[in-house]
Amino acid sequence: MIKVLLFAGLQEKAGKAEVSINRESISVTKLIEEIRANEPNLDLTNVMVAVNEEFVNQPEQIVKSGDTVALLPPVSGG
Amino acid sequence: MYTITKEPIRTNKVIENVIHPDAGAVNTFIGTVRELTGEKRTLFLEYDAYVPMAEKKLEEIGAEIQDRWKDARVSIVHRIGRLDISDIAVVIAVSTPHRADSFAASRHAIERIKEIVPIWKKEHWEDGEEWIGDQLERTEYPTGKPKEEHLK
Repeated sequence: MIKVLLFAGLQEKAGKAEVSINRESISVTKLIEEIRANEPNLDLTNVMVAVNEEFVNQPEQIVKSGDTVALLPPVSGG
Repeated sequence: MYTITKEPIRTNKVIENVIHPDAGAVNTFIGTVRELTGEKRTLFLEYDAYVPMAEKKLEEIGAEIQDRWKDARVSIVHRIGRLDISDIAVVIAVSTPHRADSFAASRHAIERIKEIVPIWKKEHWEDGEEWIGDQLERTEYPTGKPKEEHLK
């Protein structure tokens, strides 16, 4: 089970703070595809991905069960 | 030293974090909630954050500064939740032996916050509300992630 956290506009749109993907391991690209299929009303354009609190640089990176993924819209702090 | 908080920020506490006998300058940057942006009147803001990652990224910004300005000391506190006009959203304090470095390092910190720290603000106006995206309006992530240089 991979936990995927949603923030800001994504969280509001989904009506929940996280979704779960029932996989043992999957690439970031495939994971995003799966989330797109499960949550078709989420706009994931320009969304950054973090795995275990670090930005993902390689979309081919493999996420494993137990990892925490976060979908981060463009940030606007400060 | 690097905190996300739901409480009002105690500016003096952030400054005290960087006071040191070797420091000859303390520069503070205080970000406050602005009422007017162009013609739009903000009623209040709401900030959300991925708290553990945001605190980690603030710490990383501090490390970047200490890498570039050797004797700098840095403390950054960002508030989340509902903020009204003129409330303090962020306080950055940087101390360095000499003043020029403290200005430069403080500027670096706020620019980097707007690039790599997972904090989001929602504007509430008289006629609506919206989560604000990239305020820099110069950073695009066509690949869906920041480029390498944005993360350094």
